Amino acid sequence: MEAITLNALTKVYGKEKTVAVNEVSFAVEKGELFGLIGPDGAGKTSIFRMLTTVLLPDGGSATVNGFDVEKDYKQIRSSVGYMPGKFSLYPDLSIEENLNFFATVFNTTVAENYDLIRDIYVQIEPFKKRRAGKLSGGMKQKLALCCALIHKPTVLFLDEPTTGVDPVSRKEFWEMLKRLKAQNITIVVSTPYMDEAALCDRIALMQDGKILSIDAPENISKAYPDSLFAVRADHMYALLNNLARYEKTLNSYAFGEYAHVALQSGIDEAVESAALKSWLESAGLKDVEVQPATPDIEDCFIRLATVHQAAVIK
Amino acid sequence: MRTIKFLLQKEFRQIFRNKSILAIIAVMPVVQLAIMPLAADYEVKNINLSVVDHDHSTYSQELVSKITASGYFRLMAYSSSFKEAMQGIESDQADIVLEIPAGFEKNLIREDEQKLFIAVNAINGTKANLGGAYVNQIIRAYNQDIRLELVQPTRMNPIPVIEITATNWFNPSMNYKVFMVPGILAILVTMVGGFLSALNIVREKEVGTIEQINVTPIKKYHFILGKLIPFWILGNVVFTVGMLVSYLLYGIVPLGNMGVLYSFIAVYLLAVLGLGLLVSTFCETQQQAMLIMFFLMMIFILMGGLFTPIESMPEWAKVVSSFNPVTYLISVMRLVILKGSGFRDILSHLGIIASFAVVLNTWAILNYRKTT
Repeated sequence: MEAITLNALTKVYGKEKTVAVNEVSFAVEKGELFGLIGPDGAGKTSIFRMLTTVLLPDGGSATVNGFDVEKDYKQIRSSVGYMPGKFSLYPDLSIEENLNFFATVFNTTVAENYDLIRDIYVQIEPFKKRRAGKLSGGMKQKLALCCALIHKPTVLFLDEPTTGVDPVSRKEFWEMLKRLKAQNITIVVSTPYMDEAALCDRIALMQDGKILSIDAPENISKAYPDSLFAVRADHMYALLNNLARYEKTLNSYAFGEYAHVALQSGIDEAVESAALKSWLESAGLKDVEVQPATPDIEDCFIRLATVHQAAVIK
Repeated sequence: MRTIKFLLQKEFRQIFRNKSILAIIAVMPVVQLAIMPLAADYEVKNINLSVVDHDHSTYSQELVSKITASGYFRLMAYSSSFKEAMQGIESDQADIVLEIPAGFEKNLIREDEQKLFIAVNAINGTKANLGGAYVNQIIRAYNQDIRLELVQPTRMNPIPVIEITATNWFNPSMNYKVFMVPGILAILVTMVGGFLSALNIVREKEVGTIEQINVTPIKKYHFILGKLIPFWILGNVVFTVGMLVSYLLYGIVPLGNMGVLYSFIAVYLLAVLGLGLLVSTFCETQQQAMLIMFFLMMIFILMGGLFTPIESMPEWAKVVSSFNPVTYLISVMRLVILKGSGFRDILSHLGIIASFAVVLNTWAILNYRKTT
């Protein structure tokens, strides 16, 4: 059964008619961990706010647990948990008070649903008397997650939960999400970090309010049509400039200590990399190293975004 | 009910943790009531007088000493010419110039008539008005004295004279403090009710907590009541503190029933809180709310009859002040505290304020959206 459906959902902002969400349609299965991946301004937060009934759509429709986001907002509000991107608990109340408060507004108690939050709460419990505003970034996120879970929601919306959180806490956070998924809670999470995308069951790559691709992360990687090479040389800047000039290059960009370059596929990889290497050496670069690379979500996203950009310009 | 209880619990926790709000509630009424009535004085004192005496006679000396002895004037300069005295006014050294013509004494005795000239610096209208009036009054009294001296009193006045004797009711000694303190207290109650409620809700918007509240099943009226009730209580606390301060500092005891005052304050606070709530629904940041409230408070204070009587305002201003809730509170405060009016006397005020409360709150609730 589908927990969430979007049907040509559209949101337009302001007098300039900025289209933040452009006829987006997709469905999320019950119990799925679904990721919305995209850069800032892609429309992720607008989708979240429409699904959690705090923002009215300008077109199309959406349902959560079978309830319409416009008509049945009351049922949705009592059955979903929402963790906004910006920390939005009371900074002048303590951990314990925030949690109790959100439990009571949902007509429940902390004790009733303690099982659900125990794993997360024990980590912040030693600080339960501390005011929420004085917590570290990671602890704030854990508390926000506890508050979003305290009424045992069937669908959980997490808007960029790991933005501004250290790598260790990020990793922990995703482990917590996996445990929640095991409790059969549908989770929709948005993130600008491509490495987190691989941890979702399915992801939607978004840009400019449009969905570029929806599939399981591994399928998206598999569907990468070009041949991708990781290249390294003594001089990164010159390397990038030269790669962009290479005639077979479709796309090239820095990728950590390497540069990734996508070439038209179809020819033998070894031949292709040898040709690229000798071309770069002839261009004056030293210590050139070319090896085939496995495309990950980031490569896929960059490819899709470039194609999308080209289509927009046309 | 349970939800409201927890909302209130949360709200009070936050209020008691906010040191600046506590300070405002405790310190504002005390300090403002202690200082403002002493400074906001209707009486004009220390008027700088410059005398141009062309006569230099006993009579002119006597007149000047009578004026300076009144306590309202400070003799700044004895000028030899009016021109010189005018320079004093121009350089802001003098407020009033009194010119005594040459032959003042001679003509007064011989021809029974003499003229004096007064020039008033009218930059400060109140000071000019009152200063001019004081001088006039003193000169008239002096005139009376001279008559008694020079004219042989007859059994009956040769010409019919109406003598006026006035008594001041409700404030016999014309103590302006008794008049100002209730008015200032009215402003204080308005500030606490209006400002704090508006800022509090906008703060939730600014911090982002309202986003979290909006996705919960909390009902609109729960949320609004959760905001109104704490500030309603605070408003009453400030009023009580203010009444105590005005008793301790100025010995002001209401002539009327305290119950009447409290029941009016109860309704009045609803109206002011409704206004704060309404402002908050239009604002996104505390700064915006603050500026709007300042704008409104200026109008409320200046057009509420605190300093200047509404009856002397132009027609359009009377219309504006009839939409000013502070007008009614100041009026009721003075009626009950000074005049001892009862419940029946303030019924029309109460009705108007009640309708303000209904309109403002309904408007605010309609304008408050959990969804954007």
